[in-house]
Amino acid sequence: MNLKLLTAALGVTIAALAAGSASAQTLDAVKQRGSVRCGVNTGLPGFASQNDKGEWQGLDVDYCKAVAAAVFNDPTKVQYVPLSAVQRFPALQNNEIDLLARNTTWTMDRDTALGLAFAGVNYYDGQGFMVKKELGVSSAQELSGATICVQAGTTTELNLADYFSSNNLEYNPVVIEAQADVNSAYDQGRCDALTTDASGLYASRLEMGNPDDHIVLPEIISKEPLGPAVRQGDFQWFNVVKWTHNALLNAEELGITQANVEEMKNSQVPDVRRFLGLDGNFGQAIGLDNAWAINVVKAVGNYGEIFERNVGSKTPLAIQRGQNALWTDGGLQYAPPIR
Amino acid sequence: MTVHTQAMPPQRTPRRDSLINNPTVRSTAIQVLLIVALVAFGWWIVDNTATNLRNANIASGFGFLENRAGFDIAQVPIDYTSNSTYGRAILVGIVNTIIVSVSGIVMATILGFLVGIGRLSHNFLIRGLSTVFVETFRNIPPLLVILFWYFGVLSVLGPPRNLEENIAGVYLTNRGLQVPAIVFGSSAWLPLAAFVVGLVALFVMSRRNRARQMATGERRSLVGPALGLLVGLPLVVYFVTGDPITFDAPQATRFNLVGGWQIKPEFLALFLALSIYTAAFIAEIVRAGIMAVSKGQTEAAAALGLRRGQALRLVIVPQAFRVIIPPLTSQFLNLTKNSSLGLAVGYPELVAVGNTVLNQSGQSIEVVMIWMVVYLGISILVSVGMNAFNARMALVER
Repeated sequence: MNLKLLTAALGVTIAALAAGSASAQTLDAVKQRGSVRCGVNTGLPGFASQNDKGEWQGLDVDYCKAVAAAVFNDPTKVQYVPLSAVQRFPALQNNEIDLLARNTTWTMDRDTALGLAFAGVNYYDGQGFMVKKELGVSSAQELSGATICVQAGTTTELNLADYFSSNNLEYNPVVIEAQADVNSAYDQGRCDALTTDASGLYASRLEMGNPDDHIVLPEIISKEPLGPAVRQGDFQWFNVVKWTHNALLNAEELGITQANVEEMKNSQVPDVRRFLGLDGNFGQAIGLDNAWAINVVKAVGNYGEIFERNVGSKTPLAIQRGQNALWTDGGLQYAPPIR
Repeated sequence: MTVHTQAMPPQRTPRRDSLINNPTVRSTAIQVLLIVALVAFGWWIVDNTATNLRNANIASGFGFLENRAGFDIAQVPIDYTSNSTYGRAILVGIVNTIIVSVSGIVMATILGFLVGIGRLSHNFLIRGLSTVFVETFRNIPPLLVILFWYFGVLSVLGPPRNLEENIAGVYLTNRGLQVPAIVFGSSAWLPLAAFVVGLVALFVMSRRNRARQMATGERRSLVGPALGLLVGLPLVVYFVTGDPITFDAPQATRFNLVGGWQIKPEFLALFLALSIYTAAFIAEIVRAGIMAVSKGQTEAAAALGLRRGQALRLVIVPQAFRVIIPPLTSQFLNLTKNSSLGLAVGYPELVAVGNTVLNQSGQSIEVVMIWMVVYLGISILVSVGMNAFNARMALVER
């Protein structure tokens, strides 16, 4: 009896481990579970943070909601998993999350050695520096000899080393794991400058004792294309995330917003009709309902609405669209067409 | 089965001819089977991990240690730049772990012995303060002690700007402790050699003095000759050779103090926290060790005419050591392992550097294995050393 139980337990364990390795059924697993497990930042205003009611909000959070809306027509069916920079990749690799939307830079190394697949770029960023105004520094080139606070295990840490050595400047790094501790070390004066992605600098500045005492220097020293990532090898799920992102961009380009998506159903424009699932079978082709794009826009709006709501000029972060404007407005955001 | 329920099983002659009943064969067979099963299980785990990593397109193996690290480390006791390899970066982490562990162990032992003896003092104030020290620090998690020193004490010091000129050249700022560096010139060995000569001469004089005291009972003070030999002689040589030793005082620049020797706040916070936290435990171990020595020993020492300090040094502590050393070893191991909390304040020890390497290279399993092997190695080294010391101190019985 006991032996049988043991054999059965062993069998289940092996089956479970085997299931972990076969990774082609994320969409089925998500549907069966009834929610999308989404890895987000532990707290970065504008991208992923909890409001005073404990609800998650931010640009990355809206991507989690968009994917949930595409799959379930319900943006609340998300389990948020807050992750530090160091935790994020193992969490995705070990199947603890289905989607990593955590202001993560798309690099070649992460596409190859880490086995990730980036579904697109939801924010074009670049690394910058913030200093205290009283230092009288106006350019990163003046930072020779400075002490600089940086978060451990990020591309930021690598760019910092490259920038200073290629410009023959000296610096003393202070490397701390949690961004909150990095910020407080800088705010308390342990460091002369703080470096991270420019968007993160604006967010961190809000958390300083007196935000007006700090300025962000003009230099942008790196390319940081941030985007949602999934595991390699599951093209169906990869397509769901990639086309949710593309749908958000196409919606803005076609002028489809959260408010007008229902009236748009009367439109005779072929692009709009294909987008809304009135013509063609695009939703079913990626394993979803044909109304998937409508559901996404109804839930979170188009890309422009997400941007303005979370980081745009009317928010405390007050970030301009810049490179994140649509290609039609001189920016870099460009999505392949739905056809 | 029913045989065992009988109160007195009848004497049975075992059948020696069957191998199944042979106890040696049976136990060997069971052990071999167990080993085979363990090896098979281990192999299955490794194989399963490797297969899954391959299926997920994740690179594995230790080849990444040869790749360029690309990041800088705040405190580098050995040569390291961002162009060094991941392997070198991990080595820097190991050296930093050893530095903070060894200095922490030395400090914790000294402090722990003082406080432990203080808890047994007849002086109310010393006893009370020692008790407060022990009860405060052993009841707070070590991470909080570290954060307290880092964010609570060292961070609130002033910045290294607009500093008053400081004659001694010693600055304690939120960038750490900076003192003038001693720069040795080419003939700097001469005053040092003079100091050694003076030391030897003093030693010879003190032996002669003692012999004289034994023979005649006359005591002569050595303070005068000691001052002359240890201070005067090196000073004379120093000035004759023309200032071969100079001091390089820290200078204020736009951002930081430059020059001199610097101890960074990350190290200070971790070092102070670890030594104080562990000292609280060592103090209790020392108190237990001393109290384990029977009161008769103290009385016997007093009866022999030994003063209190002498009795402590010659009679009590050597015997207490036998009780103290084994738990002391555990505390040394704890301190070494707790040094991994340096991660929280950015002291680049093994776990902090390994964390960066792990995230930059994505080789989590390999880095975790390196962590475990290194901590196991350091801990076994400490254990072996302390066990050898324990064997030397053990009571030799006839």
